[in-house]
Amino acid sequence: MQATADRREASRAALLIGPAYLWLTVAVFLPLSAMLFFSFLSDLPIGGRDWETTLANYLEFFDKPFYADLLWRSFQLSALVTLLCIAIGYPCAFVLAKTIKGRTREALFLLVILPFWSNSLVRVFSWAIVLRGNGVIDATLNAILPFEVSVNLMFSYPAVVIGLVHSYLPYVILTSYLALQAIDDSLIEAARSLGAPRWMILLRVVGPLSLPGVIAGAVLIFVPVMGSFMEPRILGGRAGTFFGTVIEDQFVAVFNWPLGAALSFLLLGLVLAILAVASPVLRRAG
Amino acid sequence: MTSKRTSALAVVGAALAALAFGTAHADEIRVLNWKGYGTDEPFALEAFTEATGHTVVHDYFNSEQEMLTKLRTNPGAYDVVLINSAFTGQAKDEGLIQAIDVSDISHFADVAPNLASNEELVPGGQVYGVPWVWGLTSFAYNTNAMDEAPTSLAVFWDPEMKDKVGWRDDALESMHFAALATGQSINDIQDMAAVRAKLEALMPQIRTFWSSENDWNQFMAAGDFVIAPYWSGSVSRSINKGLPVAFVVPEEGAIGWLDGLSIPTGSEHPEAARAFINYMIDPDFYVTWANEGGAPAPSNSKAADALPADAFNRVVLGDPEVVARVQFMAPVPEEKRQEYLALWQELKAQ
Repeated sequence: MQATADRREASRAALLIGPAYLWLTVAVFLPLSAMLFFSFLSDLPIGGRDWETTLANYLEFFDKPFYADLLWRSFQLSALVTLLCIAIGYPCAFVLAKTIKGRTREALFLLVILPFWSNSLVRVFSWAIVLRGNGVIDATLNAILPFEVSVNLMFSYPAVVIGLVHSYLPYVILTSYLALQAIDDSLIEAARSLGAPRWMILLRVVGPLSLPGVIAGAVLIFVPVMGSFMEPRILGGRAGTFFGTVIEDQFVAVFNWPLGAALSFLLLGLVLAILAVASPVLRRAG
Repeated sequence: MTSKRTSALAVVGAALAALAFGTAHADEIRVLNWKGYGTDEPFALEAFTEATGHTVVHDYFNSEQEMLTKLRTNPGAYDVVLINSAFTGQAKDEGLIQAIDVSDISHFADVAPNLASNEELVPGGQVYGVPWVWGLTSFAYNTNAMDEAPTSLAVFWDPEMKDKVGWRDDALESMHFAALATGQSINDIQDMAAVRAKLEALMPQIRTFWSSENDWNQFMAAGDFVIAPYWSGSVSRSINKGLPVAFVVPEEGAIGWLDGLSIPTGSEHPEAARAFINYMIDPDFYVTWANEGGAPAPSNSKAADALPADAFNRVVLGDPEVVARVQFMAPVPEEKRQEYLALWQELKAQ
């Protein structure tokens, strides 16, 4: 009797998680395996081309120092964007979770997730309009200030950072908000009644309890920004060459899929290594 | 009048052909080209559909490599593709395009003899690409921002042009320009060190990269560029759109190219594809394109004669002194291409 119940339970579980895992197998595992396979080939096995297995694509990375330079540049960009997102997003999430209540919170929350409803390419192009010389910022400042200024941020490193922070800010706000909201207000009141100043409440009570949310947000931002290519290409101009744009070039511009795949897996490896190093911290926070 | 009669004949011919096969042929053909490069002109699509009943849909590429990639990965997806003659041989060798039976392409007889016998497009007398248009890759400048027309490529390295140069993110074109600037043949670059040094010095001058005509026009209009490499036909289109730009063929020379229309292997509607190519080399089409949009030089000699005397192509490309400075692009071996690409990527990463 017990056994049949267990079996029924197991088949129900399989029925529920089956579609998701089937989807993951088809949509993630198979294409990734194909790419991993390509990364060890000398040429694509289509159209009767000659190919053999090789490590040359991976060695290419170590052969040309500029790949490592670009990877380091992407890492720095990613770290900067992540830190800025946390610095801007965490206070916002705190106020939303702890200070504002009711309909105002709903409305403000809506504003935070609003950008998700528009296409990311549209958002990046709208930044291009704002940032360029004679653009919105430039014109507004010149209309207000008595003296002439020229603000032209377009095609520069700051433009890429601004575009990326804008794109990824909602992630850190959402994850921090969920963590902050779960903190019982009575804990804060208890700390206050025991005489803790505000900064100590933040540092010893709210901070540690909301850390998992912040870290989850940071990971969600850090990983995709490492491989980002659209924002750098459109907003960065000459300063917009990063590891992601070089990978994109291999696929789109020069048809060297094996090299593009190898570079992608090196990036994936680095990201996994960073997460592995950070995992003790993550586990403690979780 | 003649052209009207020809198109009327074409309609009758198409109708007869349809009757002969017992089916009403109204195919949808898929054309692969640069965006805004002639084949997708609304007037052309309208006229072609009216004359033949076939409809046309477009797909676009931003570089020759992307075009080859699309042909390789989507066999049978396209019926007509535009290929630069320097790449036609490669496409043929990879089996991406098929030999074209020109017997029902009536306007082929009017293609200028020197183009119709081009070794890249018509190897050994077999037509793999129908010569369509030719022109120059050189550069254009904003006439409002510069008082005097530059006469030398050295203007790209002028300190005053810092952050005002537009550039196409293309390894081969970059090497060609650097070869011209260092006084070398674009098809046989001997001194790569000089090319490298030249391009290294160019990088800080570049404001951003453009990848399509649309990009170029927008960046030029917004004042992001003052000078930027461009194609002769595209410049005339930009001028017709009201941009204050002018084309320069500098004393160092310019890069000449010839574009052909090919039919990919596995095309599902080769007959309609040939009809489309035939319309594309019809003098009617060329003249309307030049007048309404702005076009590169036609391969059809009747069309060339029909252009007005003040047409951009007649003025710029009709000057033998200019043509003498042009270096025509030859196919590039794969090792060279890889070498250029590696250098270009390294320069961009700095």
